[in-house]
Amino acid sequence: MRLVINGQPQDLDVDPDRTVLDVLRHTLDQTGTKYGCGEGQCGACTVLIDNQPVRSCLVRVGAVAGAAITTIEGLTPADGSLHPLQQAFLDHQALQCGYCTPGMIVAAAGLLAAQPNPTDAQIIAALDRNLCRCGTYPRILAAVRQAAAALAHPGGTP
Amino acid sequence: MNGDRSDRTLALDLEPERYELREPGREPWLVDRRRFLKTLGGGLLILVCGRASDAAPTPSATQRRRGDGRTEPRALSAWLHIDQDGQITAYTGKVEVGQNVRTSLAQAVADELRVPLASIRMVMGDTDRVPFDMGTFGSLSTPRMAPLLRRAAAAARELLADLAATRLGVLRDQVVISNGTATARGQSIPFGELTRGQELDALIDEDQPTTPPERWTVAGRSEPKVDGVAFVTGRHRFTSDLKRPGMLYARVLRPPAYGATLKDLDDRAARDVPGAFVVRDGDLAAVAAPDPATAARALRALRAEWSSPATPPVADSELFEHLIRTAEPPREPLNPIPASDSDSIRLEARYTIAPIAHAPLEPRAAVAEWNGDQLTVWAGTQRPFGHRQELARTFNLPESQIHVLVPDTGSGYGGKHTAECAIEAARIARALRRPVQLVWTREEEFAWAYSRPSGVIDITARASRDGTLLDWQMTNINSGAAGLDTPYLVRGIKQIAFRPAQSPLRQGSYRALASTANHFARESMIDELARCLELDPLAVRLHNLSDERLRGVLTALRDHFPWDPDRPPSPGRGRGLACGHDKGSCVATAVEIEVNSDQAEDPIRILRVVTAFECGAIVNPDHLKSQVEGCLIQGLGGALFESLRFHDGMIRNGRFSRYRVPRFSDVPAIEVVLIDRKDLPSAGAGEIPIVAIAPAIANALHDATGQRRHDLPLFQPRT
Repeated sequence: MRLVINGQPQDLDVDPDRTVLDVLRHTLDQTGTKYGCGEGQCGACTVLIDNQPVRSCLVRVGAVAGAAITTIEGLTPADGSLHPLQQAFLDHQALQCGYCTPGMIVAAAGLLAAQPNPTDAQIIAALDRNLCRCGTYPRILAAVRQAAAALAHPGGTP
Repeated sequence: MNGDRSDRTLALDLEPERYELREPGREPWLVDRRRFLKTLGGGLLILVCGRASDAAPTPSATQRRRGDGRTEPRALSAWLHIDQDGQITAYTGKVEVGQNVRTSLAQAVADELRVPLASIRMVMGDTDRVPFDMGTFGSLSTPRMAPLLRRAAAAARELLADLAATRLGVLRDQVVISNGTATARGQSIPFGELTRGQELDALIDEDQPTTPPERWTVAGRSEPKVDGVAFVTGRHRFTSDLKRPGMLYARVLRPPAYGATLKDLDDRAARDVPGAFVVRDGDLAAVAAPDPATAARALRALRAEWSSPATPPVADSELFEHLIRTAEPPREPLNPIPASDSDSIRLEARYTIAPIAHAPLEPRAAVAEWNGDQLTVWAGTQRPFGHRQELARTFNLPESQIHVLVPDTGSGYGGKHTAECAIEAARIARALRRPVQLVWTREEEFAWAYSRPSGVIDITARASRDGTLLDWQMTNINSGAAGLDTPYLVRGIKQIAFRPAQSPLRQGSYRALASTANHFARESMIDELARCLELDPLAVRLHNLSDERLRGVLTALRDHFPWDPDRPPSPGRGRGLACGHDKGSCVATAVEIEVNSDQAEDPIRILRVVTAFECGAIVNPDHLKSQVEGCLIQGLGGALFESLRFHDGMIRNGRFSRYRVPRFSDVPAIEVVLIDRKDLPSAGAGEIPIVAIAPAIANALHDATGQRRHDLPLFQPRT
């Protein structure tokens, strides 16, 4: 089966009933995407499929053959720089243990792809099922705001 | 003040850290330090002696009586190495679980060595490379470990100055150490040049002076998380992300009820699953496979017969009666407290505390690998040395044959002390002679980890009409003694007691231990007294408090929250506050809430939270603020809706779809007011900001509705 992961087509011989999360983590060793609950409730496993945030713990890999899958690894620029969301998370120290962080950033990237200039209410609604047990929500909100502004005005202050 | 003396004796008998296990330290490195320095490749090695208590909490009175709180005068508690290239590495048994202690401890070292923060590498929680440490709990890293590392770094700085003075032929006090170099008479020598070719070691005592907070340069600043990039890029490898050559993924067969035992296991179908292995090791039945999906399939294929638990399980509906029934008898009878009269009022109330789960987003995880009789375990835990001890006991091995490493972990909140997951992984790995990773599922984490203890708290209190607290009796059944003693002055009878009981659920440490439960009860009662007397709850608190620090957070709170006792009531809205101190820090929290209709999904909405917090000299203001915010948000869950439901010997809401934790949309506007007391030693701050939010909400609810709720959570979740 052919999967397109972070822009790279990969031909894999895996059971199509395995989840995207499982294949990413255990076949491809892309461990930025995390397991948190296995029932789509916590968002730690969020990836983008054709730019839509989805819970990779619930999606069978057979169902997404050919679709574009983007993970936290794919959001990270290859040149060693950071995605505006990653930079914003650092600027606002929007993490404590960091376990929810990849899923949060990917979910926020999905939001900003669909809605480049979200209101706070839209950010909260989009991320409401991404859990941060450390309680960094207010910082994440501020980080997503900053990243939205940075993406809308690349290279300069708005 | 009559009762004071006997009360103090009573308080000493309490065990504030009852659930936090203890173990004496040992010093394998002390004799080996020359060899150790050689393995590090020479340079400069500083070993720090501290009081034995630096590595452990103060032994409780009970322990002292038993005589097992070893009175070793000095324990080797931390060390610091500067290699021949000037690379600075500090070694500590503390671990990083999101409290950003990797950053704050590095700040302490950088501060003393007068180097940029980026020059410091921290080796943490690796039992082969760091000195013994009891574990990362009790808010002890900042007050105990940071001063030790400071002493090490200060001693290293002095030694470097000595070396530089000799090299430059100057007097030692002419040498200035800054930015990684020693300078005198216009000549500068980098640390690496000073340590090159050296094999120096030094044992430092408690009296090594360190830099006072008012002269800190790197500490005291809002430095970002030292390795934040690894987390935002997903590159950091948590234990659950590790891979070893030939590693298998394991799953453990769990009984349907606590106390049920395996009578019979038919594993034929599981063994037929291609790639799967079945392990039977005494009471442990498990499967393993090259990928987790195959392991899950094999687990489902196991056919097990279980015996019923020996005693009928207690259900959540009977929990509080059960705790009362099984509680240890009181040590002394409660004295009669006069009834209300024209001069005073007496109130009695019973408060209940539901058991709740830590639900760390990274569940328990371990990787175990055997090499002959040598065992290496990577684990997400707060107690690497506790893990080593538990593993040594399990396999009857000397601890020297066991190496535990702790990658920075996906949080703990007091919930990751015990080694069950690591033991299971190591047993399976031993049986299969392959490295094994075991990551507990979310359901296992809810059902088989330990919970924050439930409790029943009774208070009888009497106050005079002007709000002066006269008598105070408070008994906590089961949830614990942390934060049980009252900070309020009690003029007459004062009796406080903790009575352990038999919990139907496995229970243990949780952020702030029982301080949350005890503050909820006490601060609710103080508020109730004030409202009954038609007095301002803030004024009543100040009237009965002499502790200057606690008064300080209350007055700071008043400056940031519009607390006008004479304001006209606003329909459907309420305000409440609460305060307290524990573990060396003080907190006061005020909330404003809006009460929704009964039909609403959420019965109340929290509009605003203001918290004033003081923990001595602030090490990292932004990370401290983040800890306070995190405590408040985590505390919302236990205050409003978290409650483990159980019957027939099993947790019944052990998944995120049935157990609600605070989400984005639950978060109110939060203002954190930090009070920096550079004249006071820094206290730990990851726990105590959680204790005042629940009573503040309960008090606001009373303010809004005239009704008092005595139970945590304040609202029973809809089923």
